[in-house]
Amino acid sequence: MSTFVLLTLTGLGLGAMYFLIASGLSLIYGLMGVLNFAHGAFITVGAYGTWWTSVHVFDGIHSALWRWLASSLLGLVCGGVFAALVELILIRPLYARHIEQVLVTVGLQLAFVALITGIWGPDAKTFVVPPWLHETTTIGGAHIPNDRWVEIATAGAVLALLQLFLRKTRYGLIIRAGVENRAMVQALGIDVRKAFTLVFAIGGIAAAIAGVLSGVYFNVVGPDQGTSLLIFAFIVVVIGGLGSITGSAVAAVVVALVQQYTNYYSSGMGDIVVVLMLGIVLLVRPRGIAGAIVGARA
Amino acid sequence: MSAVASKTLLSVRDLHVYLGQSHVLQGVTFDVPEGGVTALLGRNGVGKTTTLRAILGLVDRRGSVCLDDAELTGLATHRIVRRSVGYVPEDRDVFTGLTVAANLRLAERDGEPRYDLVYELFPELEQRSAQRAGTLSGGQLQMVAIARALLNDNRVLLVDEPTKGLAPALVSEVARVLERLAELTTVLLVEQNLGVVRRLARDAIVLDQGRVVHSGDARDLLGRPELVKRLLGVGRA
Repeated sequence: MSTFVLLTLTGLGLGAMYFLIASGLSLIYGLMGVLNFAHGAFITVGAYGTWWTSVHVFDGIHSALWRWLASSLLGLVCGGVFAALVELILIRPLYARHIEQVLVTVGLQLAFVALITGIWGPDAKTFVVPPWLHETTTIGGAHIPNDRWVEIATAGAVLALLQLFLRKTRYGLIIRAGVENRAMVQALGIDVRKAFTLVFAIGGIAAAIAGVLSGVYFNVVGPDQGTSLLIFAFIVVVIGGLGSITGSAVAAVVVALVQQYTNYYSSGMGDIVVVLMLGIVLLVRPRGIAGAIVGARA
Repeated sequence: MSAVASKTLLSVRDLHVYLGQSHVLQGVTFDVPEGGVTALLGRNGVGKTTTLRAILGLVDRRGSVCLDDAELTGLATHRIVRRSVGYVPEDRDVFTGLTVAANLRLAERDGEPRYDLVYELFPELEQRSAQRAGTLSGGQLQMVAIARALLNDNRVLLVDEPTKGLAPALVSEVARVLERLAELTTVLLVEQNLGVVRRLARDAIVLDQGRVVHSGDARDLLGRPELVKRLLGVGRA
């Protein structure tokens, strides 16, 4: 029983990170039709931004909690600004040129990993985090690392904030409409390009949060961390339904739990089972989970 | 071009559009006079919808489109629309995932959107404001599409086949609304239903194979069955 509880909460923690990455990917694809392979770079910017500012800017702060929070905040700002610049400089000139967009984003992702490796080396960097995060809480006989609660709570808060933004603000309305029919949004006199930049910035911030939390989850950050998380986030986006935040949240939980349970009960077959699951979804419900939850779209 | 001399509001000159390998518009040229309804007619696939989309910049085009002598072709679609060019698309393109109220809110362009007018013409929309547009009937979707354009004060309104797929009673209802619209603004109307054209249009432009092949008084055109049959491929107007 305690093992099952541990696997479930660890899976939910991992699912939280998948969701944070997938939400931005899903919105970007849904609104703009851009398959953003450079999303892993946004994760890396968030993670390295947090690590670097923690070591070089906020090293004078003695409280590990405040130091971590302050450096994380700057990491998120770095992620959002970097993502907005990528949209403005690299993606905007290539609208409707999908092959070129894929090439640019793949190229940026590869170049960015090389750049990070070139500057800070291939070795993983240790995160300075509040000691409480590495302690455990006992639930149902299982010793749950405390960082899992932070990851789950953060993803829940991001989901709630995104839904609030999408449902209660004019830009949210524009994004929801744009996911459905971008040309018609323009034909109503709305500059949809501003929404594009905003969606990239939001996606960048969410990915940067995932970068920070992955640093906590794995204890370290490395140049390839963004890439490895991105692969599963893409699977989550496809299973959840492109353009649907709610679909991404459900799929992230399902994928992460299946991965955790399978890894434990069948000796590391989790990744293969997740890929099989992707294949089945593509065959049976190509639109993903969101095809069944139309009302919950975005 | 009109029987009554009117100031030209919208001027289209030598408009070319390629869709893939197909040269859809091959130098379309016409004027839309200020006020009333100008009908853009032609058989299926001659480029009527593409002409409206080209005016709005929704497709890549070459040529000139001027509104009140101001060139529009260099502008992005949203900037053209903000010059008071309204659009009611052929397939309605209502956002089915949003409520009726959200669809209308999204279309608000002016400081004072004309909800009074919209709800006077379509009282049903007020009752259904919280309903998701995806659950509306075809006629109700058309109401939302027209209402979005009505909310704002447009210099010219591009309306693409508003009666397509509607029951006869709804066709008459839509025609009544378009009549009211024409009192408020200039309308460039793509329409296959010649009864509606006869009721509404003052001028008519006929396209064939991406070119203008006729322009003049609408009633004069519709009163000549042989010309109608030759240009539009229908037996009687």
